[in-house]
Amino acid sequence: MGTLPMSSAAAFATGLKAAARSVFVYVIFGTFIGYGALCHDLGFGLPWAVASTVLIWAGPAQVIVVTALGSGVPAGEAAIAVTLSGLRLLPMVAALLPLVKTPATRFWHLLLPAHLTAVSMWVESLRIAPRLPRERRIAFCNGLGIGMVAAAVVAAILGYIMAERLPPLFGAAVLFLTPMSFTVSIARNSRELVDRFAFGFGLTLTPIFALAKVDLALLAGGVLAGTLAFAVHRVAAIVREASSEAASEPQAESEPSREPGGGP
Amino acid sequence: MSTTVRELGPYLALVLVGFLPNEIWRVFGIVIARGLNEDSELMVWVRAVATAILAGIIAQLILTPPGALAIVPLVVRLGAVTTGFLAFLIVRRSVFVGVLVGEVALVLGALLWA
Repeated sequence: MGTLPMSSAAAFATGLKAAARSVFVYVIFGTFIGYGALCHDLGFGLPWAVASTVLIWAGPAQVIVVTALGSGVPAGEAAIAVTLSGLRLLPMVAALLPLVKTPATRFWHLLLPAHLTAVSMWVESLRIAPRLPRERRIAFCNGLGIGMVAAAVVAAILGYIMAERLPPLFGAAVLFLTPMSFTVSIARNSRELVDRFAFGFGLTLTPIFALAKVDLALLAGGVLAGTLAFAVHRVAAIVREASSEAASEPQAESEPSREPGGGP
Repeated sequence: MSTTVRELGPYLALVLVGFLPNEIWRVFGIVIARGLNEDSELMVWVRAVATAILAGIIAQLILTPPGALAIVPLVVRLGAVTTGFLAFLIVRRSVFVGVLVGEVALVLGALLWA
């Protein structure tokens, strides 16, 4: 690769800066102020609120653990709920790591970026990391993720301290941040047909499965919706190939963006 | 199964109920990523499943929300997320605008319906 324009430390700093500039910092701040307040109200110590944020680093799982602990839910039941909510992390990590690793990357190099993977970090890494030299992408992801965790820890401490002074509607507003920000950020990252179909199918199939009381609705709905979207993507590719062959003109590989305002 | 989270103590519960069941998926993700090529069609499928599961989580958070969000009526939750999404589409696909408008819609809706 010869001379690289960027050192690992510089890539890490770029990640930290990207975290500070990301719109997700506001979302993380609001969400974790709510989380810190929740920990306070349910009788946990401040160190526990911080440790759970650093160790779990996944909003939905943290809310499940803290409410289960507060309300005497059986540990097995709470663990199953966390396992289901964490399922999304598997395909997210599997989709991110091939973009950042090199043949020289060891397993343990990947533990930290995998641990830091959460929706906010994943969305921003997929968007920004491909612009950086491949050798520096892991350092970038670590900087981005650690910057986001740091913001969450500061917010959790603030929320914990301010818990008694927060208005009741605030709790609802911060819990709404997660679905609202997930919706628009995934929509922004969905540039290709397959992503849009996966998003739309997932949005509709999972609630239908949940209403029909299908076991593991999230897993079943997600895998089926993702697979259907992939099928649409394959059919579209076959149709495109057939039509470009019919035109007997060597068509460029790049797919035209048909989305209004979808460009940079 | 009958052991409550409270009986485990806060830190043991954090590791057994919070950290391990969540982290295991990240480690599985590393293992699976080993066999994946960045440009393969299998990657497209993996990303599609990740996106679809996330969409499912969004739907569940809106339809059967946790804690304090449940006090806001369903109509308001659905209206707010739709309003935020439309604002995102109209204003240069800005995530910030989408989240801000959605939040304002939720708070106003909750106040009007209460």
